[in-house]
Amino acid sequence: MANKISDETIEYVGILAKLELSGEEKEKAKADMERMLDYIDTLNELDTEGVEPMSHVFPVHNVFREDVASYKDGSTDTLANAPLKKDNSFKVPKTIG
Amino acid sequence: MDITSLTAVELGKKIRAKEISVAEAVKASFDQIERVERDVHSFVTIDKEGAFKRAGEIQKQIDDGSLQSPLAGVPVAVKDNMCTKDMLTTCSSKILQNFKPAYTAEAVRNLEKAGAVIIGKTNMDEFAMGSTTETSYFGATRNPWNLGHVPGGSSGGSCAAVAAEESPYALGSDTGGSIRQPSAFCGVVGIKPTYGTVSRYGLIAYGSSLDQIGPVAKDVTDCAVILEVIAGHDPKDSTSIDRNIYIHSASAETNGLKAGSPNLAGYDFTGALKEDVAGMRIGIPRDYFGEGLDAEVKEKILAAVRELEVRGAVAEEFDLSLVQYAIPAYYVIASAEASSNLARFDGVKYGCRTEEYEGLHNMYKKTRSEGFGEEVKRRIMLGSFVLSSGYYDAYYLKALRTKALIKQAFDQAFAKYDVIIAPAAPTTAPELGKSLSDPMKMYLSDIYTISVNLAGLPGISIPVGRDSKGLPVGMQIIGNCFEEHKIIRAAYTLEQTRSYERPESAGMRGEGGDR
Repeated sequence: MANKISDETIEYVGILAKLELSGEEKEKAKADMERMLDYIDTLNELDTEGVEPMSHVFPVHNVFREDVASYKDGSTDTLANAPLKKDNSFKVPKTIG
Repeated sequence: MDITSLTAVELGKKIRAKEISVAEAVKASFDQIERVERDVHSFVTIDKEGAFKRAGEIQKQIDDGSLQSPLAGVPVAVKDNMCTKDMLTTCSSKILQNFKPAYTAEAVRNLEKAGAVIIGKTNMDEFAMGSTTETSYFGATRNPWNLGHVPGGSSGGSCAAVAAEESPYALGSDTGGSIRQPSAFCGVVGIKPTYGTVSRYGLIAYGSSLDQIGPVAKDVTDCAVILEVIAGHDPKDSTSIDRNIYIHSASAETNGLKAGSPNLAGYDFTGALKEDVAGMRIGIPRDYFGEGLDAEVKEKILAAVRELEVRGAVAEEFDLSLVQYAIPAYYVIASAEASSNLARFDGVKYGCRTEEYEGLHNMYKKTRSEGFGEEVKRRIMLGSFVLSSGYYDAYYLKALRTKALIKQAFDQAFAKYDVIIAPAAPTTAPELGKSLSDPMKMYLSDIYTISVNLAGLPGISIPVGRDSKGLPVGMQIIGNCFEEHKIIRAAYTLEQTRSYERPESAGMRGEGGDR
């Protein structure tokens, strides 16, 4: 049952996770993930046929409220932590050609 | 008088009786921090100036009678994953090393309303991922009982600060045992409440379906009082539950609760501080006392169970089952949620941004790769994988199905027992530097605490003696959802049979430790 993580998979997971790994880190991540997945595979011993996946322990219902603004303009506070800002906005690298 | 040896409630009483001023109480904490912090390193941020300023304000409100809470004027340390307005909140991560939130977490706000004085923010495993507080970007915290050992984690800073008497009490958070296990390792008391009891608003999320904030203190009374202050329904947290309404609802019955059960299932936690376990049915899961459990830990816990039996409780062994599946299910669920929750740290809105980059995606990747530590990256990678198309059903949904079965196993157990007693951890605190090299082994050390989070149950960790190395042993009492009152009653009863033990580092001034 030993899991094998390919170079392509670790590359793809890096894209999903938005992490850039060095060659050495990639090898380590592969080994770590293989080991974890082997362990996680023990769940396959368990018959879960017909069991509903439980995302919440208690039944959760959507919570509705009147659409009334309860916050004042917090843009100054919010922007205070921005690494870069400009004209009362977050500044990011150019995204469209 | 030895102010720092007092419990939070005792100190609050003396403050309200004008025997001790708020400034004196705050000064006592900072004096102790001065003495021991170099060795213990419980804190990431210490706010002396802010605390003394606040002490003056609180003193006025106590003097004019407008503030009467049991915690008024009592200093508190807050785990560094709870937002505190204008005060650094780092999650012990490089990526948030300069983050000052624009608002305060609801649980902390509740403390502030009760007149608490925040003295600082405590160290933790980075983003609460770890069991030793060694993954902190700011360096490890040490166990006040033995500086060569870890305090446990991830709320290691909070528990060490309480044990070393730098703070009378603290807030921690618990996703897989992060309050109960370090409380056990540091010889203090900690409660992880029923999921939904304390608002998660302003708690920087790790595994949202598992995270709960809870108290860490010297005794059960403190914990009940603190929990009463921080708990409550909060519309700002969609998973927050109004316990007063819920316990009377039909869905409560499907969770094994009888509608209209006594109000103790609401928010009255101090009402359970009773020395009475007569007829209480205690389940001892055989699967928690087998292979892997340290013999001395086992002996101390079974001795504590016998004390409860002497006082009228009825203990019985049973098979909980599915124990070996809790950890793999947890790591799938927690990592999946973490990968999603931590996507917000991208160098745009807060935290650090990498120096040099080409374009947006490169900026994201470099920022995150430089800003996160190894364990955090490991879990984000695993989480991204189990949620990716092609693997989602096999891993993520499988784990959620396993979670449903684990919940069922607890439901069956609580049909027979009032509480379940278990170790908080398989061993006492390990030595520093021995855990991170083998993450899998570290994960396994959470075996007795993790399923409680998966099932949303409340659990308390309480000291039950020390091993031959002199390190504290912690016992966990687990209750059914909304039955904090039972675990508090059992823990309080047991606590009456023993006296609180202080580490030498806490009492190093040479003044007697008689409390």
